[in-house]
Amino acid sequence: MNALLTIIHRDLLLVMRRKSEVLTALFFFVVVTSLFPLGIGADAALLRKIAPGVIWVAALLSTLLGLQRMFASDYADGSLEQLVLAPQSMVLLVMGKIIAHWIVCGLPLVMIAPLIGIQFDLDASSLYVLMGTLLLGTPVLSLLGSVGAALTLGVRGSSVLMSLLILPLYIPVLIFGAGAVYANSVGLEISGHFSLLGALLILALAFVPWVSSAAVKIAIE
Amino acid sequence: MTNHISPTSSRSDYALEACGLTCVRGEKQLFSNLNLKVTPGSCLHVRGENGVGKTSLLRLLTGLAKPESGEIFWGNESIFKDSIGYHRHLLFLGHKDGLKEDLTALENLQMYASLDAVSLTQENALAALWRFGLRGREHLTVNCLSAGQRRRVLMARMLTRQAKLWILDEPFNALDIKAVHELKNLIAEQLLKGGVVVMTSHQEVNLPNMQVLDL
Repeated sequence: MNALLTIIHRDLLLVMRRKSEVLTALFFFVVVTSLFPLGIGADAALLRKIAPGVIWVAALLSTLLGLQRMFASDYADGSLEQLVLAPQSMVLLVMGKIIAHWIVCGLPLVMIAPLIGIQFDLDASSLYVLMGTLLLGTPVLSLLGSVGAALTLGVRGSSVLMSLLILPLYIPVLIFGAGAVYANSVGLEISGHFSLLGALLILALAFVPWVSSAAVKIAIE
Repeated sequence: MTNHISPTSSRSDYALEACGLTCVRGEKQLFSNLNLKVTPGSCLHVRGENGVGKTSLLRLLTGLAKPESGEIFWGNESIFKDSIGYHRHLLFLGHKDGLKEDLTALENLQMYASLDAVSLTQENALAALWRFGLRGREHLTVNCLSAGQRRRVLMARMLTRQAKLWILDEPFNALDIKAVHELKNLIAEQLLKGGVVVMTSHQEVNLPNMQVLDL
């Protein structure tokens, strides 16, 4: 448990020393989502309709920006080797890195989403639903992304390959995340969407750390 | 009444032993049927030309890579059986130093101490850094340090890690004459404490209880 906290603290400290990398992902999210209202114009009905999809796609892409960094820098300077050789369960350490990635790349999106939603003329209840889906969905993005980041370690052109590997896996999260906001806006029941997102999160939590830590060990060998 | 307590420190308790190791990288077989045994308090110096498989052998011994065939034992138990237990005793320093460039020397030491589950007070960490000539540089981020100074941070880590087994890949690289001397002293201390050291080096190294393995 101590090791988990150490690794989260370490990764967050590293991010604080190099703020530009975090801010890039966050600004990407803000800029992309702001471009749509500007490009489409003042058609409030249309904006409300496309808002969930646009915000969710932007969230997927901005999460992807930070993923590359999850293991690659540790791999390059040899500290990943040292983590594998530490007398700790590698699954726990990988879990720590995933949590740190979510705190840096997922949590800010959840918090800034209401502001972005206002640009799309979303009402209060839609904003709550949007935040709720992001809160459940972004950890899944970080978890699934860690598999891609670990599998493409040490591969040339890994960022493109990783996007191709990971984006298709994000489709269920996108469908249920954006679907919940849309369903809420037309007055349909949304508990099903939330249950499915929750189920995805639990499934990912149950399997992904093991898969990622195995992939990291293979990459190091 | 008979006493069932066995002698606590039999010599083979913490010996590193390899039987019939074969290592294949890509299509090439680097070495086959290699046997070695390093007992507590002794040092194994692995020598050989570039590309002969020294680093591969060390990585096999750490458990980072799996041998094509053969087994490795630490204290009579295969290292893959209880790898976390084995890693508790192991310190491996490879070609890459594993120091985070954006953290200070002190933060790196403390972070590794916490990951390695050894207790390290701030005073001890500072004392270790000072011993190796990093006084006044403990709060500089590692990317401000020279290659030799980074190796000195690693020497401080060797001192504070409290590991029984050291596996060192080219530990004398980038060190000045004084630091080479200090590192030799550090290794000699480890051997005196009954530790086991396996290392590669292209330099002549004279240490007590040293065996040489020519690949």
